Amino acid sequence: MKDPEIKAVSSRRIEITRATRIAAAAKSWEAILTLIFIAVMAGGSFISPYFLDTTNLLDTTFNFMEKAVVALPMMFIILCGDIDVSVGSIVALSSLSMGMASAAGADVPALILIGLATGLAGGMLNGWLITKFEVPSIAVTIGTMSLYRGIAQAVLGDQAFTKYPLSFAWFGQGYIPGTRIPFELALFLILALATGLILHKTTFGRKIFALGRNPVAARFSGVDVARLRFIVFSWTGLFCGVAAILLTSRIGSTRPNIATGLELDAITSVVLGGVAITGGFGGIYGVVIANFLLGYLKFGMGLVNVPGRVMNLVTGGLLLVAIVIPEMIRRSDNARRLRKRAAV
Amino acid sequence: MKRILKSREATLALFIVALTALVSLRAPSFATATNLNDILNDTAVLMLAATAQFLILLTGGIDLSIPSTMALTGMLVSMLNMAVPELPIPLVVLTAMAIGLALGGANGLLVGYLKIPPIIATLGTIAIYRALVFLVSGGEWVSAHEMSELYVSIPKRNLLGVSGILWYTAVVTIAVGLFLSFSGRGRAVFALGGNRTASRLAGIKTERVDFMVFAMSGVISGLAGLLYVTRYAAAQNDTAIGYELQAVAACVIGGVSVVGGSGSMAGVVLGALFLGLLYNALTMVNLSPFYQTAIQGIAILVAIVANTVVDRRNRQKMLARRELA
Repeated sequence: MKDPEIKAVSSRRIEITRATRIAAAAKSWEAILTLIFIAVMAGGSFISPYFLDTTNLLDTTFNFMEKAVVALPMMFIILCGDIDVSVGSIVALSSLSMGMASAAGADVPALILIGLATGLAGGMLNGWLITKFEVPSIAVTIGTMSLYRGIAQAVLGDQAFTKYPLSFAWFGQGYIPGTRIPFELALFLILALATGLILHKTTFGRKIFALGRNPVAARFSGVDVARLRFIVFSWTGLFCGVAAILLTSRIGSTRPNIATGLELDAITSVVLGGVAITGGFGGIYGVVIANFLLGYLKFGMGLVNVPGRVMNLVTGGLLLVAIVIPEMIRRSDNARRLRKRAAV
Repeated sequence: MKRILKSREATLALFIVALTALVSLRAPSFATATNLNDILNDTAVLMLAATAQFLILLTGGIDLSIPSTMALTGMLVSMLNMAVPELPIPLVVLTAMAIGLALGGANGLLVGYLKIPPIIATLGTIAIYRALVFLVSGGEWVSAHEMSELYVSIPKRNLLGVSGILWYTAVVTIAVGLFLSFSGRGRAVFALGGNRTASRLAGIKTERVDFMVFAMSGVISGLAGLLYVTRYAAAQNDTAIGYELQAVAACVIGGVSVVGGSGSMAGVVLGALFLGLLYNALTMVNLSPFYQTAIQGIAILVAIVANTVVDRRNRQKMLARRELA
């Protein structure tokens, strides 16, 4: 405690506001995340000779790109201080409508349009209910989660749609012509780039941060909060439509339980990516790297025959550690300060 | 405020009676004592899960780990039963509650003392506890023939014509209701959900209350897990999946605010009962059980919107009164 260096640090800390400290923590978290990612890649190649193989590394992205696509708008939602647990159900609803359209003989462009439109509609209903009635997003999306999934169950019962046009399979199974890059991966990277630009380079993105850090202040600064949240929830619905197209195309069928649990995966990767669950802090880089980190971690564990349920133990633990470590650092800081005060 | 709450429960009770009457018009066997008793028995576990969720919702949090706590407790107690088949029932029940306490206490530590938002802490533990079920069981079930008769009889034991499962549920819900209404700590739970900062300034140790509600939620979930596996005479790896949201649904329908600070135990019990009746009614009127999830979703949304509209009207009335004065 009598170390002069610590004293200097803590007295400087006092001058820094809480907000910038959390922002700094998020930045350093992105650095830590990058290190963990490198560790996973190194560990993976150490554990199995099949890990660090270009074809494998590219092809395994098929397994987690749909989740990653949904994580992008989920980042917006969490940055706003909201949450959307209905995303898995929107994907199911969107997949259902494509299945019905396909059964009625729709062609591929029509399927895409229907998938996107259904997703958008699902998101818009969420946004409307939340902003019109001023109900917490968690309550509304728990309701619509049940409703959307329920519609899929009511229509399908124990049946499934499995007839899709042959060329539809390309979106979820195909590669960029002339390369070994999966279309899903390329699309995700483009969407991530767009999301990052919107978030960090436009006023729309600044408004999201403003809303998340202080909704009252945002409102008094002239941000139309209700409209912003409506757009963000609709945007999320649209991206769920994209994910539904990729997923339906990849597995070639629509069952009522399609994309169950997607919401928890998407929220996990956003939070692991350093976005504060209370809103206002975080960035695109962390979220993108968290998705690849989780995906490759699971791939590596799969190579050495770790059962899926046990993988969840690792990802769940990682999530908690991701949150606990910055908090521990902050608390040991506080404790030091308190002890010093007590000593005086 | 009390009057509003009372009227809300009265409305829900009225809905329940109306639903019962309506369904029994089409299916006369619905409103018979036997069927209603069956529905109560079927709903008991959901009532317990909803009570566990209710405590957390009151503080403004959410507990997603309830089904995993139920599954892990159910599996561990069932494995204990395989090892010691004739363990007296009180000991089995206490063990289940102790396991629940440990799991809920871990959540409480994360939320109360490490200040992790409840949704994140329990998002982590829902995965971890579920993975632990798989690890301790090795992926195997404990099925009916591996359970002792004494063990399977826990929810069925009759006392004064009421089954054991209902006794446990009644004791828990009444105890929690009394605790919340009449003890200082119970009032602190409401205070925390109403205004966290004000509660802290008023001298409430918020960490301790957070820890306490998660510990209680764990104990109740542990008991619910025991009753779940003994009622269905099987401890599986995916026991109770999805119960976290059904429990929230029961609370929301019962008028509990998801941002914390308001709600009543009676409302939660009625909310769970409403869902239970709904599920049973679907089969009674020959509607496919596949409609269950969709109707549940509509019920939740209607309840939320109705709550908000009523709240808003009350607030406006209060404002109008203030302007008059």
